[in-house]
Amino acid sequence: MSEDRIRGAELAEAAVAGDRRALAKLLTAVENRTAIAEAAVRRLYPGAGSAHLVGITGAPGAGKSTLVAALIAEARLAGRTVAVVAVDPSSPITGGALLGDRVRMQAYATDDGVFIRSMASRGHAGGLAATSTSAATVLDAAGFDLVLLETVGTGQSEVEVAAAADTTVVLEAPDMGDEVQAIKAGLLEVADIVVVNKGDRPGAQRTAAQLRAMLTVTPAPRRAASSLGEGDDHPAPKRPEVLITTASTGDGVAALLAALDRHRAAGRDGLVDAARLARAEAQVWAIVSERLRDRFHGEASRPATESTLRAVAEHRLDPYTAADRLLASLVDPRTPA
Amino acid sequence: MTDRPIKVLIAKPGLDGHDRGAKVLARGLRDEGFEVVYTGLRQTPEMIVTAALQEDVDVVGLSILSGAHMTLLPRVTRLMHERGLDDVLVTAGGIIPDDDIPALQEAGVAAIFGPGTTIAEVAEYIRTHVRPTGA
Repeated sequence: MSEDRIRGAELAEAAVAGDRRALAKLLTAVENRTAIAEAAVRRLYPGAGSAHLVGITGAPGAGKSTLVAALIAEARLAGRTVAVVAVDPSSPITGGALLGDRVRMQAYATDDGVFIRSMASRGHAGGLAATSTSAATVLDAAGFDLVLLETVGTGQSEVEVAAAADTTVVLEAPDMGDEVQAIKAGLLEVADIVVVNKGDRPGAQRTAAQLRAMLTVTPAPRRAASSLGEGDDHPAPKRPEVLITTASTGDGVAALLAALDRHRAAGRDGLVDAARLARAEAQVWAIVSERLRDRFHGEASRPATESTLRAVAEHRLDPYTAADRLLASLVDPRTPA
Repeated sequence: MTDRPIKVLIAKPGLDGHDRGAKVLARGLRDEGFEVVYTGLRQTPEMIVTAALQEDVDVVGLSILSGAHMTLLPRVTRLMHERGLDDVLVTAGGIIPDDDIPALQEAGVAAIFGPGTTIAEVAEYIRTHVRPTGA
């Protein structure tokens, strides 16, 4: 355990000092959720937080990877360093994955100011891998100015990226649906910027006009209470900018980068803060629930936990009472679970 | 965690434009439960080695049909050595005459798979020769 702590600290230090191999090893540890990764993230977290984390999401084939490549080019022109976490799905059957996002990003393959890492989703639903946020933290701490999180090809409801990123870009292709698609709940609601890509295709202007019309009429809704509790600090409904790009030629990408910067600057008055608070909440609760599970399955409590679960399985106990008993046993270990 | 999938980079060095074989292999290894990074056509040795480093792969599989293997493959292994990637298994496939195999093995290419090799054989070879590291 303390060996892992030392190794984690060494990797963290080397990664921050610019050692790309150490950075890559650290990302592997993060993906595998090892004790090394935990030690490293503990150390790196205070130094992270200055990168702009941008999520790129949209349907398969909308052009996410090509747009990421174009954004890399534009950001490099502006002298900024860029890291990419590109997620592709794992097979639910074999656990294997084909990670093909690098194919579009080869122009910057050997640029030292660019670091690209592919990640398999490993069974995690929601568009990212379970460890993508930690990977972004590591890349942030390693000093990259811009960290792009590219999701798997998403449908309508994989909105997780919005919590993982400061700014969320939702990509649409021309003529993918009518106006009703644009007013459905889900992905478009979490967009800070909507990009109609493949702008050289017929229908791009029309699609952008429809999206603008539908996304900017948002009235003040009755807001659902957030899990953080009541209060008036809920984020306002988003009114995303709608832009047109042709990622394959780079058209419109400079404007997108400028829009990202504007969103980030505006965020200093609260928008991005809300995203960061949501991210902190998601991260901490994920760790809490992991730790609780470890605790209940740990040597000391396993028999009690198992008999409680069995009682629920056999309908002798309802799941709410079971959960209350387990939680009570945390506070007072003598409480029978 | 010891059961994390083995991560493989499939890359095509050089200028030949035939990547069907590489794609079929990438897909086949995916079905064998590997995480396969595919980087596409016309890769320089520098691009391949940078990708291997950033992705922290366990295996680099090089597909080459152009006849330039005696130039390109040793350059890949040399660069990998220079960048500290000595623990990464390097294999090659494609059209490589038997006479060239000893020199390539000498240069650090662990295995060479000729035409007719099945995906199951490649997968088996990788499983027996790689121990994925936790970090």
